[in-house]
Amino acid sequence: MQPDQNTAQNFFSKLGIDLRLLGMIGALAVLCIMFDLITGGRFLTPRNLFNLSVQTASVAVMATGMVFVIVTRNIDLSVGSLLGFIGMAAAAIQVHVLPDIVGLGHWSIWIIAAVFAVLMGAVIGAMQGWIIGYLTVPAFIVTLGGFLVYRGAMWWITQGQTVAPLDPSFRLMGGGADGTLGETLSWIFGLVASIAAVGLILASRRRKASHGFTVKPVWAEGILIALAAGLILGYVWIMNSYKIAKGALPRIAEARGVEMVDGLVLNHGVAIPVIILLGVTIVMTLVSTRTRFGRYVYATGGNPEAAELSGINTRLLTVKVFSLMGALTGISAIIASARLGAVDVGLGTLDELRVIAAAVIGGTALSGGFGTIYGAVIGALIMQTLQSGMASVGVDAPLQSIVVGMVLVFAVYIDIVYRRKTGA
Amino acid sequence: MSTQTPLVELKNMSISFGGVHAVDDVSVDLYPGEVVGLLGHNGAGKSTLIKMLSGAYAADSGEIRINGKVATIHNPRDARRYNIETIYQTLALADNLDAASNLFLGRELVTSLGFVDDDAMESEVRKIMARLNPNFQKFSDPVSALSGGQRQSVAIARAVYFDAKILIMDEPTAALGPQETKMVSELIERLKSEGIGIFLISHDIHDVMHLCDRASVMKNGKLVGTVDVKDVTDDDLLGMIILGKHPHGADGK
Repeated sequence: MQPDQNTAQNFFSKLGIDLRLLGMIGALAVLCIMFDLITGGRFLTPRNLFNLSVQTASVAVMATGMVFVIVTRNIDLSVGSLLGFIGMAAAAIQVHVLPDIVGLGHWSIWIIAAVFAVLMGAVIGAMQGWIIGYLTVPAFIVTLGGFLVYRGAMWWITQGQTVAPLDPSFRLMGGGADGTLGETLSWIFGLVASIAAVGLILASRRRKASHGFTVKPVWAEGILIALAAGLILGYVWIMNSYKIAKGALPRIAEARGVEMVDGLVLNHGVAIPVIILLGVTIVMTLVSTRTRFGRYVYATGGNPEAAELSGINTRLLTVKVFSLMGALTGISAIIASARLGAVDVGLGTLDELRVIAAAVIGGTALSGGFGTIYGAVIGALIMQTLQSGMASVGVDAPLQSIVVGMVLVFAVYIDIVYRRKTGA
Repeated sequence: MSTQTPLVELKNMSISFGGVHAVDDVSVDLYPGEVVGLLGHNGAGKSTLIKMLSGAYAADSGEIRINGKVATIHNPRDARRYNIETIYQTLALADNLDAASNLFLGRELVTSLGFVDDDAMESEVRKIMARLNPNFQKFSDPVSALSGGQRQSVAIARAVYFDAKILIMDEPTAALGPQETKMVSELIERLKSEGIGIFLISHDIHDVMHLCDRASVMKNGKLVGTVDVKDVTDDDLLGMIILGKHPHGADGK
């Protein structure tokens, strides 16, 4: 090994960033720069990055749940159909049911519909988990059945009719010009998030030091803090540079309480689905690394027998994991349906494959036991970047599928080689 | 010893799998501060018998008494409530997790907010390993990266950390070198002196003669007999294991 390579590795290991994370970020950066060069600077624009992050949200939210499913040596093929089913049901109640009960345009409609979507997902997921855990039908079969059942059930709710228009407040959760924090709130959000990230890094360092463990060198901690804050504030800055189109300006100005004058410039800011994704990512990361439930998920994936002998109820754990997957699918259903403003019977088609691919590209091993939440989110981002990039370059849809399919296989091969080399 | 209440009594235990009587009407007992060896060929039923005590299997019939009281053990969680700890032959470690996560699996230390406290757990593991196996240094690697002996010390540390009253060791020295085997026998001596009762499953007669007070021999799922180790020779035990023959004048309790 060359000395300079050694130094680089040493540098990153001191930072506590592993090679896999580095590889994923590198791949993402290469894709972005490549598409930007090919399109002559049309890819890395605030507008495109805004759309990219909004489009990623729905798949990424589900991918965080898919990590737990795959880590416990299961699979969920039903999430795309379930997303459609939940989206359709939530749309039907806010268009056909709730207006008759609380009145058309009532403020509570979006809340009831959203809670309904999440609960519906959790209950259906728990049911699938129960069949898998307690009746011991393989997850592949149960969720393959679910894949067909939910798509059929979705049709059944409205006999195949598209449901529209969704409640205006509900639609904010899908992003778009209205569904953002606006400039000021975005900055506040960015500052609060940066302070929280720095606080977490410092708290962890203090805790480690209090037990007498070796901590990272101060310069490494400093770089991490700068990276975290820079990433958050940089993103906010880019989103705050995306101007709102002229046509939408009067409407947005009114919504934000700004006087509409000639030459007024308003920017988008951070989209609400991105905030939702960030919240889900933080909560799921906490669950996976800091809770007993998360610990048991990984233990069960690593050695189910050992987990059972350690007193972990692995059957109930399966129910919980699938219920969580269902609840997250509910959240994604909200984002996806709100983004479109309407639900047709095609909603969520093929999403299960995008979600599984995102988790796997993000380093989740199908053999179980390994996988990270941030990896799955970055995996979703890579998939979406690839797809959007090819679309903006003008690659035909069939060729896009071919490329994405090959990239998936290649990414998993790289992962296998990496695992063999590191012995993890 | 016979005036004392036994720590564990397994009475008329039976279990069958698909018509095969893996354990057939076997009774053994264990007193505080005693090591009872369970001997027999592979498939004699010794591990199966003990898995009914550790909660891994539910018995078809029979009765388990702990300190003279009937105990209901349906799963490993029940067994832990009776302070029964088991070191399995397979070690039962989650290879993808580090030593601390394995040691505390199912009994994690948590912070006041209910989050698992990895740093506190690692700190505890460092303390116990300093006593048990001072050479152990890989605290943040997954246990798949450890040697056989190091993995064994994680499994042993897990069993002794939580104040076991009853310890089951299934072939504890099978994968160990001489140095680590010595560590295990010293550990057994120390645990004995603390009044812990130990079931030691082994197919190594020398281990049993050296470490145990009594030996119960099984063959084809049945109990051949229980003897005081000091009353018998290696050949007597061999005869029991191979021929199922009970030596004369060496009746155990």
